[in-house]
Amino acid sequence: MQKFTVHEGVAVPLDSANIDTDQIIPKQFLLAVSRKGFGVHLFHDWRYLDDAETKPNPEFNLNKPEYAGATILVARDNFGNGSSREHAPWALTDYGFRAVIAPSFANIFNNNALGNGLVTVKLTEHEVDQIFQVLTAHPGTKIKVSLEDMTVDCADLHFTFSLDPFIRHCLLNGLDSIALTLEHGAEISAFEDRMPAWERAVH
Amino acid sequence: MGKTLYEKVYDAHVVFQKEGELPTIYIDRHLVHEVTSPQAFAGIEQAGRRLRRPDLTLATMDHDISTKSLELSACSPMAQQQIKALMENTKKFGVTLYPIGSANQGIVHIVGPQTGFTLPGTTLVCGDSHTATHGAFGALAFGIGTSQVEHVMATQTLKQGRLKTMKIECTGRLGKGVYAKDLILAIIGRLTTAGGTGYAVEFCGEAVEHLSMEGRMTLSNMAIEFGAPVGMIAPDDVTFDYIKGRLYAPKGRDFEEAVAYWRTLKSDPDAHFDAVVTIDASAIEPQLTWGTNPGQECGISGTVPAPESFSDPVVRKSCADALAYIDLKPGQKLAGTPIDLVFIGSCTNGRIEDFRAAAAVLKGRKVAPGVTALAVPGSMWVKEQAEREGLDQIFKDAGFEWRLPGCSMCLAMNDDRAPAGKRVASTSNRNFVGRQGKGSRTHLMSPASAAACAVTGTLTDVRAFL
Repeated sequence: MQKFTVHEGVAVPLDSANIDTDQIIPKQFLLAVSRKGFGVHLFHDWRYLDDAETKPNPEFNLNKPEYAGATILVARDNFGNGSSREHAPWALTDYGFRAVIAPSFANIFNNNALGNGLVTVKLTEHEVDQIFQVLTAHPGTKIKVSLEDMTVDCADLHFTFSLDPFIRHCLLNGLDSIALTLEHGAEISAFEDRMPAWERAVH
Repeated sequence: MGKTLYEKVYDAHVVFQKEGELPTIYIDRHLVHEVTSPQAFAGIEQAGRRLRRPDLTLATMDHDISTKSLELSACSPMAQQQIKALMENTKKFGVTLYPIGSANQGIVHIVGPQTGFTLPGTTLVCGDSHTATHGAFGALAFGIGTSQVEHVMATQTLKQGRLKTMKIECTGRLGKGVYAKDLILAIIGRLTTAGGTGYAVEFCGEAVEHLSMEGRMTLSNMAIEFGAPVGMIAPDDVTFDYIKGRLYAPKGRDFEEAVAYWRTLKSDPDAHFDAVVTIDASAIEPQLTWGTNPGQECGISGTVPAPESFSDPVVRKSCADALAYIDLKPGQKLAGTPIDLVFIGSCTNGRIEDFRAAAAVLKGRKVAPGVTALAVPGSMWVKEQAEREGLDQIFKDAGFEWRLPGCSMCLAMNDDRAPAGKRVASTSNRNFVGRQGKGSRTHLMSPASAAACAVTGTLTDVRAFL
C-alpha cells in the first residue's frame, strides 16, 4: 500500500450528498480483471458527454482548468454509498486522488479506500461547508492533509480529524495487512481447532 | 450486562487482538463471484500465497452473465474474460464453482442460503454489498472490497472493528398486499440512505417473527441501503426448518448440536443497543421509491414531495436533483404514472416466494401493451422450482419474458438494460442514477406490486388485485 504522511494538493469540490459508487465508477467498467486503468473512467457519466469518453463535460468540476491535477476531493454526506466495488477507490487513486474530505463515508467504501492508501477525512458538516465556501470563492485552492498531525489546512481554515490508530499506523508505514495477519498463523490454526464440528467445515 | 445477537456472534469469532489494533475475526464462509474476485486471485498468485481454506469458499457467476443463453459466447467479450478467469482461478486454487447452467448456479445471495452454506452464528463475507442478506439467518454477514476478499482468501480472517448496534422493532403484522420489501422500504425511508452507517442492525418484533425465511432475507438484504453493513435476525424454528436437510447443512448429531447453540443466538433482555427504532408494520401500505436513492420513497397513495419541504439544504438539493432525473413533479400522485418496463428478480426479490406472489397477481391477466416485462429467477433451482409449479407458464401467458438466472437488470452489467428515459417498475434494491441503464428511471417495489404495474402499465396499488 502507498504510504501517506502529509499531502498537499489542489482540492476539487463536488457539491452532492450520497455520491454512490455507481456514479464514481459505473458498472460497464467493472468487467476488467486488473486493478489498474480505472482513473480515465472515474465519474464517467458526469465527466463525459459521450460513451466513448471523447467529449469532456465542461460543466463538470474535474474538467475545469482550475481543478487540473486535483488530488483532494471534497464532497457532502454519505460519500461512497451503495455497491462494495473496490473499483471506486481504484478509480479515485488511479486518477490521482490521495484523500477525500466529507462529513461521512459509507462503511464499505471507507474500508476499501483506506486499504488502498486513499485517506478518508471525516470533518463535521459545518467544517466541510466552510471548505466548500473557500473552494467556491477561490477555485484551485490547495488543501494540506497531515496524517502525522491529524490536521487539515485549507487557506485560513485549520481542522483536526481522527482515524483508527491501527489504520493510521498502516497508512503512515504503507504496511501490507495480509503479511501482518499471516504472522499470526498459529493463532488462527488454534482458533480453527477450537471450533465446533458443524462450523469448522462445510458438510 | 447482556449481549446483543451481533455481539454474541462477533465475540465468538475474535481470533486475536493486539494492543492498539483492530480485532482479527475468523471468517467461516466466503462467497465469491466473477466481478470482485479476479484481482484478489491475482494478488494471491503474485505473492505466491495459497487459499487458507478453499473448502470454506464457494463460487458462482451471476453479475455479468447472459439471462438469454447458457452459452458463454452470449456474454460480451470482456464478461467472457472475467467468467473464464473465475473458472480458471477456482480450478487452480481448489474452490467449488457452480458454473453457468449447473443446478446451484445463481445469484450468490440466493445460492448461499439455498445450499445450506449460510448458517446461523457464522461469519460470512462476499465481495458484494448485499451480503447483509445472510444476516436473516443470524449470521454475521457483510460485504467487503476486493482487497479484503484477498485477505480472507489468504488468512480466513479480517481485521474488523466492532460496529455500533441498532434495534429495529417492527410491531404488528403486515397487511394484505404488503410484503417484506414494503417493510424494508418504509424503514429506509424513515432512516434515510445513511441512517444506519456504522451500525449492525437487528430486525425484530412481531412482523419479523411472522415473516418466512425468504421474506427475512429480503429485509436483511437491504440493510445496506440505509447504510448498515449488517442486518441480522435472531434464528428460530423458521430458520432451522429452512436449513434442515440442505446440501451443506450439518447433518445428524452435528445438526442437533448446532441447533442447540443457535437457540442461544438472540439478544439478551438486558442487552444495550446504541439506537432503537420502532416501526408499526401494520400501518404500512405498499411502498415504492420516487427518487434516486432508496430512502426517497413513500406509500403508493403518496405524492412526490417538493424540494422546499426539506429544511436541510443538502437534502433539498438531493430531492431537486432526483426529481429532475426521474422526471416527476412535486405534488404529483405516484399512482397512475406510466411505466415502460418491469423487472422481477435480483438478490432482493428473486426467490421462489417472490415469483409465487407475482404470479398470483398475473394469473389470467396480461402485461399492458407497450410494456416490456422480465422475470429473472435468482438461481437455477428457483427457475426449475417455478417451472415445476407452473409459474413460468403464468408469466409467459401474461406476456413476460421468462429468463435464465443472474443479477440481470438490477445493475445492468450484462445486456439486460433499461433504455434512457424509460421508467422501470423494479423489484431490485437500488434506484441510483443510471443503475439499470444510463438515463433509465427506477421505481423500487415488491414483486406483487411490480406485477400489478405490468398489468396496468402504470404505478399501481397492488391491493386492488388481491
